[in-house]
Amino acid sequence: MAKVVVLGAGISGHTAISYLSKYLKKDHEVIMVSPNSNFQWIPSNIWVGVGLMTPDQVKFKLAPVYKKMGVDFKQALATSIHPEGDAENEKGFVTIKYVSGENEGKEEKVTYDYLINGTGPKLNFEATEGLGPNKFTESVCTYDHAEHAWGKLQESFKKMENGERQTFLVGTGHPLATCQGAAFEYILNIGFEINKRKLSHLADMWWISNEYELGDFGMGGAYIKRNGYITPTKIFTESILKEYGIRWVKRAGVQKVEEGKVYYENLRGEHHTKEFDFAMLIPGFSGAGMKAFNKENVDISSEVFAGNGMMKVDADYTPKAYEDWRAEDWPSTYQSQKYDNVYAAGIAFAPPHGMSKPMESPNGTKIFPTPPRTGMPSGVIGKIVAQNIIHSIKKGKIEHPHTASMAKMGAACIVSAGYGLFKGQAAVMTVNPIVPDWEKYPKWGRNIKDTVGVVGTAGHWMKLFMHYMFLYKAKAKPFWWLIPE
Amino acid sequence: MMKKSIEKTIPYSNISFGTEPTRLVRFIRVCFIFQVYNFFRLNLKVMKIVVGGHS
Repeated sequence: MAKVVVLGAGISGHTAISYLSKYLKKDHEVIMVSPNSNFQWIPSNIWVGVGLMTPDQVKFKLAPVYKKMGVDFKQALATSIHPEGDAENEKGFVTIKYVSGENEGKEEKVTYDYLINGTGPKLNFEATEGLGPNKFTESVCTYDHAEHAWGKLQESFKKMENGERQTFLVGTGHPLATCQGAAFEYILNIGFEINKRKLSHLADMWWISNEYELGDFGMGGAYIKRNGYITPTKIFTESILKEYGIRWVKRAGVQKVEEGKVYYENLRGEHHTKEFDFAMLIPGFSGAGMKAFNKENVDISSEVFAGNGMMKVDADYTPKAYEDWRAEDWPSTYQSQKYDNVYAAGIAFAPPHGMSKPMESPNGTKIFPTPPRTGMPSGVIGKIVAQNIIHSIKKGKIEHPHTASMAKMGAACIVSAGYGLFKGQAAVMTVNPIVPDWEKYPKWGRNIKDTVGVVGTAGHWMKLFMHYMFLYKAKAKPFWWLIPE
Repeated sequence: MMKKSIEKTIPYSNISFGTEPTRLVRFIRVCFIFQVYNFFRLNLKVMKIVVGGHS
């Protein structure tokens, strides 16, 4: 009987445990460790942030679902991993600390045969002074942040209804932040709601980003087939912003926020400020902050995790110049470099390098987006990691028949640009692969036949359809496994 | 509205370089029949990319 432990009930961890429980639960033990009591469908937080959905529509309680799946759910925070065990345990184990219920505060050692680290990112608001919902800016990274943002946004709308001008600032809140797509969706939805209320004459809308050019989205930009042209995403993105009357500041690394004012440095090394009445800025991400120890209880975190706290997997981490980056550098099985029975899925794995070209100001400030690994790739990675573990358990030896490199995997990005069944809008962009492969596709970096860049109501329907479909899948309702990641 | 359109075409401003949709494009974006077609076309395209992206 094998014991599989999954850390984190985000998109990758929850996907992994869904497959593990389906194929292993009768004969093996499957354990989920997550400090969160709810699953949240993060892409729909945008709509919570503009008051078009409630938090209850984007989340559900995990405990009943895991009970139905036959998963042992421990609502706890994983604090350290001990892959070699210790003096008491032969097997590897995870130290967890319960965060609720009668065991709150209690520590426990959970042993495992296989471990999946799907802990996702730590929202590193502390890395930028004054950033975050407890300080001077909003966030839509979680449903409660998004609900808070909606409260603040309503205050601005009320002021505008009373004839007061308002400045909206949305974008990235750290020089190395990623997830530009979510911020982009949010500013378009704010613009759509302002237009709907016929208040656009009172709105100054600004996009601020660490991208060298707009449309980079942390994947080095892309080319898309659109209206008979091959168009760079820079043009596509700038055109959408222009249409919504949104101006922009690019190549900007936000360094500090005070009440109503953002301080940033640009790639020329110049320091500027931007005033705002409402700001939603995405923080930098880092690893969950777990430590790793060997059998002698010596801290080996630097061997297991990269500097940003994310787990080193089967990638090539040799430092290389941008010109030497290769598609093969990216991992395909997500197996830990140091321990064969440990895997990292979704945002928890350390990418070998960025996709966007690293940029630095004359003052030495690095200003460029780090690579995104959210949504679709996280789900796919969670699935193949689970499939490989299921295979290994059944075969009795570790093998990886399933692979999913981000340099071979495509992705669709559906950027909501306004909510409404008949007038809603979204931009649908597809790229394949996510990581550009200039050797295989020397002209465009990606398979141009698989790209698309379309704006319209169909995109909104797709995003809405995915909202209901993926929540159905996550709740493990009948035939959930027929729905692809 | 007038003020907004002037702001978008101030020469050499960032915003002046972007493209803008014509009335026909705006109509197509919300045209029910075309969007139903697009919904199925795009979903098929996404499915093909997702399923083909891993083994």
